[in-house]
Amino acid sequence: MLHRRSLLTTAAVGVATLAAPAILRAQTVKTLSFYYPIAVGGPIAAIIDGYCRAFAAESGITVIPVYAGNYVETATKAVTAIKAGAGLGGGGPHMAVLGSTEIHALHDMDILVAPEEIGLDAEGKTWLETFYPAFLANAREAGKIWSVPFQRSTAVDYYNKAQFAAAGLDPDHFPTTWDGLVNAATKLTNRNANATSRWGFKLASDVGNAQWTFGALAWQNDHRLMNEAGTEVYFNAPAAIQALEFWRSLAFDHKVTPQGITTWGTLPSDFLEGNTSIIQSTTGNLTNLRDKAGFAFGVGGLPGRDGVRTVVGGGNLYFFKNANDAERQASLKFARFLSTPERAADWCMRTGYIATRPDAWETPALAEYVAKFPAANVARSYLPQATGEISTFENQRVQATLTAEIQACLSGSKTAAQAMADAQTASDKILKGFRRG
Amino acid sequence: MSTRGLEILGAWMLGLLWVLPLIYAVWTAFHPSAYATHFDLTAPLTLDNFARAWEAAPFPRFLVNTVMLVTLILVAQLVLCTPAAYAFARMEFPGRDIIFAVLLLQLMVAPDVLLVANYRSMAQLGVVDSILGIALPYLGSAFGIFLLRQTFRQVPQELDDAARLEGSSLLGRLWRVYVPLAKPTYLAYGLVSVSFHWNNFLWPLVITNSVSTRPLTVGLSVFASTEQGIDWSIVTAATLMTSAPLLVAFLLFQRQFVASFMRAGIK
Amino acid sequence: MKRQTFHAWLMIAPSLVLLVAFTHWPAIVTMIDSLYATPRGSRPPVFVGLENFQDIFADPVFIKALVNNAWYAGVTIPASIVIALLMALAVNTAIPGRALVRMAYFTPTMLPMIAVANIWLFFFTPDYGLFDQIAGIFGFGRHNWLGETATALPAMMIVAVWKEAGFFMIFYLAALQSMPPDLAEAGQLEGASRLLYFRKVTWPLLMPTTLFVGVNAVINAFRLVDHVVVMTRGGPNNATNLLLYHIYEVGFRYWDTSQAAALTMVLLAILGGFAALQFGILGRRTHYR
Repeated sequence: MLHRRSLLTTAAVGVATLAAPAILRAQTVKTLSFYYPIAVGGPIAAIIDGYCRAFAAESGITVIPVYAGNYVETATKAVTAIKAGAGLGGGGPHMAVLGSTEIHALHDMDILVAPEEIGLDAEGKTWLETFYPAFLANAREAGKIWSVPFQRSTAVDYYNKAQFAAAGLDPDHFPTTWDGLVNAATKLTNRNANATSRWGFKLASDVGNAQWTFGALAWQNDHRLMNEAGTEVYFNAPAAIQALEFWRSLAFDHKVTPQGITTWGTLPSDFLEGNTSIIQSTTGNLTNLRDKAGFAFGVGGLPGRDGVRTVVGGGNLYFFKNANDAERQASLKFARFLSTPERAADWCMRTGYIATRPDAWETPALAEYVAKFPAANVARSYLPQATGEISTFENQRVQATLTAEIQACLSGSKTAAQAMADAQTASDKILKGFRRG
Repeated sequence: MSTRGLEILGAWMLGLLWVLPLIYAVWTAFHPSAYATHFDLTAPLTLDNFARAWEAAPFPRFLVNTVMLVTLILVAQLVLCTPAAYAFARMEFPGRDIIFAVLLLQLMVAPDVLLVANYRSMAQLGVVDSILGIALPYLGSAFGIFLLRQTFRQVPQELDDAARLEGSSLLGRLWRVYVPLAKPTYLAYGLVSVSFHWNNFLWPLVITNSVSTRPLTVGLSVFASTEQGIDWSIVTAATLMTSAPLLVAFLLFQRQFVASFMRAGIK
Repeated sequence: MKRQTFHAWLMIAPSLVLLVAFTHWPAIVTMIDSLYATPRGSRPPVFVGLENFQDIFADPVFIKALVNNAWYAGVTIPASIVIALLMALAVNTAIPGRALVRMAYFTPTMLPMIAVANIWLFFFTPDYGLFDQIAGIFGFGRHNWLGETATALPAMMIVAVWKEAGFFMIFYLAALQSMPPDLAEAGQLEGASRLLYFRKVTWPLLMPTTLFVGVNAVINAFRLVDHVVVMTRGGPNNATNLLLYHIYEVGFRYWDTSQAAALTMVLLAILGGFAALQFGILGRRTHYR
């Protein structure tokens, strides 16, 4: 009896495997481990939990989100778990939302699997191409798209409209050029004999953020800091040096921003305090500021040398090799579930992150929301002017090097040219081994 | 003013300086966030920050994790260190001094320093992301052995001998003679151990992933790393909530603590 | 005697196993790792001898972290010990509100560094941070404490001393209170004779405590990096990068385990040196038995 049943089962499995391998095995997946770069608890975690529940109801697959902190910490956790073979299912996460810039570093570790390797039908291939090109800018490597845009943002400027009006500036028109920005920031800065009581403009230069800010500044000067393959950086190019000189001049010549390092974490409170008139932050801060600001504020695109230029930020969904075929299929299914136009629109309205595909903005819900709250639309309208973040092999190391040199320049101990030359030399050394392939 | 007066003033000023972060935490936690950076005595009071902090992270769970963690570590340390300390203090065996010296190396090398290698060991043991995983590297304590050995050596040998004549076994003597006399040392060591592990951060950060294992410190760290910037009202409320047990414990037992340190080997 | 040996081993075995498994063994593994290149992808590790060490000593970030840590240890260890001693001497006498003052000194021990670092972040915030607000009352200008390379490390030292001194005070206080009463009465002396008395009698008697506190201070000077994680992440321009934080970065952010291993060996060598110093020289003088 026992014997016969097991024989039967084997036969059934065998036949089924031959008949429809992928689909049947996908059905055997019960749970997926999903690392997510956000603090435990809090509103965003609740939204993700909700999506996971909806997915379970639809597919019978339970996605277990692990909220692991910020982007860098989550990448650390995911990679450490995969390398150590620990975690759920014996091998770390099956998928994770990680910084889009980690692509080269993750690919180099040979732990990723691309959607097209998992298997995409014609419809799936179209799906992968429907995202905004700016959000796929950091997703390509070796001719493939490796990740799916999800928690995406761009840098924007928030400005205090009351202070704009008081300084004789038009609160409905945010400057679009560097000259215009310096002019506005100069008028907004309040200085007396020995202290500045209000700063015109602040942008983050602390560890973890300086390289992002600088990527935007370089792009504003029509310069990209690295090649798409992530094997070369162009820090000592004249355009990059000029961009850093501009940043430095804001503090040392125009005196519209403080000398030394400005911290990302205190920018929102600087703004809410009225201590700073314009802050450069992420679209992801929109909801937070809207809830707390006791004054009218506007959202503007980042002014460039000649016009608005910005940089994207945020995380994409990656799939990991340590998952088996069925788990990979299921993960891909989850990714497609997350990026339907309706869900992308829902995500955008509830978090302030940008819906990652144009058709999401055409959904009635989001269209109505944008009509009511036009600030939500600002970042999207500048997406065509956005570039990818700096992203290379040994990404964290190159970013740390660049950040240290930027900080040396901003605190006055190196000239822009010297800092960029040193950053170039150090990064070349780090990237030396990746040039051959 | 007399020298004495100056000294008292100095002591008070120093105290004020030291308690300033706590004062700020209380101020900010009980006022609306608009007053986090403005100190206005007429500012309205609120408990809203506590409610928000409470919702922002599963603190009861973190608190339970921390309590389980420090309890597990302390109990294991006491149970394991006591016999070892006795052996080193009162028994003769070949290799004793060499082994003691080897153990003392750990006095300086906190397991945190070896986090890369220890993480790998934990993965091999399959205890990543578990409270046991956080605790394991600390269960053996050279510091505890060292401290208890000092104390045990001060116990008069005659007491040991007398108990032996009464037919007490080795463990019996340890339990009835040595442990009671070393109570202050246990208390002092307990304070050091609990405050260390209650506040330990880097290793738990590395080794844990999920809500069900993370201690308070790791749970608190998320407030510092949000994309939306720091909200001091909620940070201070969370800090007060999570530190309250230790603060109250010290308030209640500070006399006993000092007294126990006095009688312990640490002086 | 055979039986006693067996019992003794039985009693030390659990501790011995745990200590060896999580201190000595990883130290040896780390040493071996430090001699191999970090494996990439699925390629096997390659023996490179001392190359990792050559690399780190050629790395300006490591040198900076080393120098920073030397300054950090050089200032925070003596400063926290001296302040702890002053605190203990203060609350050992009958000053008004003694319990309250003692409690105040001890609060940092109760507050997790990770949380309290955020509060310090506010104190150091330029313009509207607490220190700048106070400085403003007295007419001083703003200062970007954590954002200037010159003041960032001293600011971190202040936080560390604040965190440690109160904890060490408890040990000194216990030692002072256990001194014979006739000695304590001499504490009522005034002026020069009191200083002399402290130097000749009290201080030598406190030597074992100082040793004990010193060991803890040294460990923490190289172990406590929580506030770096929250407040500066090593910046600006690595001005607040400390050895253990650098190890964490290299090991868990750059995933360069071999270089992290080499860095760990350097840290172990430093700690070993301190241990030898303290137990060799000081230990003999204080008759630690």
